[in-house]
Amino acid sequence: MVDFWIILTGALVAGSCGFIGCFLILRRVAMLGDAISHAILPGIVIAFLISGDRGTLPMLIGAIVFGLICTVLIQSLRQTGVQVDAAISVTFTTLFAIGIILVTLFTRQVDLDLDCVLFGEIAYVPWDTITLFGTDLGPKAVWGIGAAFLFCLIMVTLFYKQLKITSFDPAMAAAIGIPVAAIHYLLMGMISVTTVASFESVGAILVVAMLIVPGATAYLLTDRLSVMLGLATLVGVVSSILGYYLAVLLDANIAGCMTIIAGLLFVMAFLFSPKHGILTRKWIQRRVKASLQS
Amino acid sequence: MDLLQTMNQFLDNPNAFWVLAGTTILGLCSGVLGSFAFLRKRGLMGDVLAHAALPGICLAFLLTGSKNPILFLIGATITGLVASLCIQWITKYSRIKEDTALSIVLSVFFGAGIVLLTFIQHSENGNQSGLDKFLFGQSAAMVRDDLLVMGIVATALIVVCTILFKELKLLCFDIAYGKSIGFPMGKIDFMFMFLLVVAVVIGLQAAGVVLMAALLITPAAAARYWTERLDRMVIISAVLGALSGGLGTFISAIGYRLSTGPLIVLSATTFFLISMLFAPKRGLLARWIRRMRTRRQVVEDQWFENIFTLSERTGCNQWTDKELYAQYPALSKQRKLLSRLVKQGYIIMELQANGEYQISLTQTGWNKAYETILYKRMLEVWMMHENEIDGVVQQYANGMNREIPKEVVPQLQSLLKKHNRMPTLPRLGEEVL
Repeated sequence: MVDFWIILTGALVAGSCGFIGCFLILRRVAMLGDAISHAILPGIVIAFLISGDRGTLPMLIGAIVFGLICTVLIQSLRQTGVQVDAAISVTFTTLFAIGIILVTLFTRQVDLDLDCVLFGEIAYVPWDTITLFGTDLGPKAVWGIGAAFLFCLIMVTLFYKQLKITSFDPAMAAAIGIPVAAIHYLLMGMISVTTVASFESVGAILVVAMLIVPGATAYLLTDRLSVMLGLATLVGVVSSILGYYLAVLLDANIAGCMTIIAGLLFVMAFLFSPKHGILTRKWIQRRVKASLQS
Repeated sequence: MDLLQTMNQFLDNPNAFWVLAGTTILGLCSGVLGSFAFLRKRGLMGDVLAHAALPGICLAFLLTGSKNPILFLIGATITGLVASLCIQWITKYSRIKEDTALSIVLSVFFGAGIVLLTFIQHSENGNQSGLDKFLFGQSAAMVRDDLLVMGIVATALIVVCTILFKELKLLCFDIAYGKSIGFPMGKIDFMFMFLLVVAVVIGLQAAGVVLMAALLITPAAAARYWTERLDRMVIISAVLGALSGGLGTFISAIGYRLSTGPLIVLSATTFFLISMLFAPKRGLLARWIRRMRTRRQVVEDQWFENIFTLSERTGCNQWTDKELYAQYPALSKQRKLLSRLVKQGYIIMELQANGEYQISLTQTGWNKAYETILYKRMLEVWMMHENEIDGVVQQYANGMNREIPKEVVPQLQSLLKKHNRMPTLPRLGEEVL
């Protein structure tokens, strides 16, 4: 049962991160995932200080607020003419530094483990359960991530067309009257939700892996957005299952192993993808050359 | 709190002094390298390299079993280089864009690092404490030997940057040109990545992963506001980096037991914000003032132009404000304009019995209107006949430079006559209108 809950949590994290991440990749703002996952730290700490416990809802709100603050700051820095990489770096490092200072300032009063925020420990997930009317409903994290997953799924289904057009051609989207900025912030909001729902189990930093690596793998395998979303989720789920068993084998951090598996899957796609893999392209080249010579 | 006393206490503490020296030279070094990284649009590279150092440190520990900082440096440098090569390969050999490649490499390397870290923790060898300190930065815990290593490496980096200044400049601005005049740009790029990796790696111990990313890019971004020249930018960035390093360490040493890294980042951000707001020319405040001035200038020009064409058309030289607003409704929004013109002595406004204002131009006002209209119409014909006349019209048309060069004036005058655009009313002499 413990195995099942851990794998389920990992799969849900990987799944929801995976398909949100596709949009980040297509919009060429993949590093925003990294930025947001760091920048929500002060939000989490402040929510924690105000509410006094590790309730998921206040943290979620704090994280979303700071995720949006981060994106708004990046956007306004870009508008004043700062180049994009500098805007991202300056913003998230500042917010993260504020977060760390808050943690060190109040760490004596509250029990918020910095390592846990940053690295996460998915192995503890099965023991932190919700009980309702005396029945054990399963781990809290599963419910949290499940809710985030559902939320993102609903949002993406509802706004699929808008997300698609704004990702591929923002100018055209603006021309036909789609609120590009609002869609952008919706996406950033979803990333904040997913990040905070996941950070307890996989850690803020490894959320980045789950956001980008499955999406990038899927991006190498297909040219259709809908297929890419599905594939990214699949790759995420597969890497969480295999990652768990690798972790058991090595007796190491589960989230880290999931990342490694995701990385390996990416390398496989990079080499052997039917259309875009290096080795497949080499092979096709050789075959074409051979057929030309004969 | 008595500041002097705290300063004294601070300086009396020999270790604090060493830490201060270390963070300052670190800031200096990353300021120098950061400005090249910034111009090369590799701002996020620092973040990636800092994360990629973790597996290197863990591997160095796993393989040798010692906690020698120099071994850590070597391990971290190797994985950092591998990471930067991976980014290059991914962007070169697939359709993945650079930002995605950066994210992939960052997260996968860091994930591998965490796996190695927990692997070490769970293995028999329990002597692993200090590895994660390497990651989060513990500048207060640094000893003199660490700082000595850091200082030597940082100085070496700065020296190399000074020697390779010309090459790095080419790398930042025009790689193709560099190649064409025979510089091995690929090698220089790799060399630069190597320098960047080393800078990040020596900084990790003092500042930690995220904070090292900030130390690389924030001073450079701040310095960019102050100058348009690379050499000055590098110097300013180095100074700002050193100041942030020193200031952060100092604040952390005098109180509240705050960790040094975040304070350094916040000092750097403060310098960045100050630069962004108050830098001359590129700062937001300066840009705002310039925009306001231009806006005012445009409105004034428009007013003089309107008034002159009105006189040309009607032959009249006095108007009430109502008449003017009826002719040019847009002007009615510029309430302050008329009083400003009165103050500058361009117009005279007299209150009539019916409550309207009688407006007439003074001599200087009339001549100003004449100049304005002449200038505008000359620009018009110049733009129409741009390819027949030497000189580029654009730089005079943007309102920054209002002098039309003397050598084209006769040509423009004849064109004005040809198009019937010569002002029909003359400039005024001494007599009052």
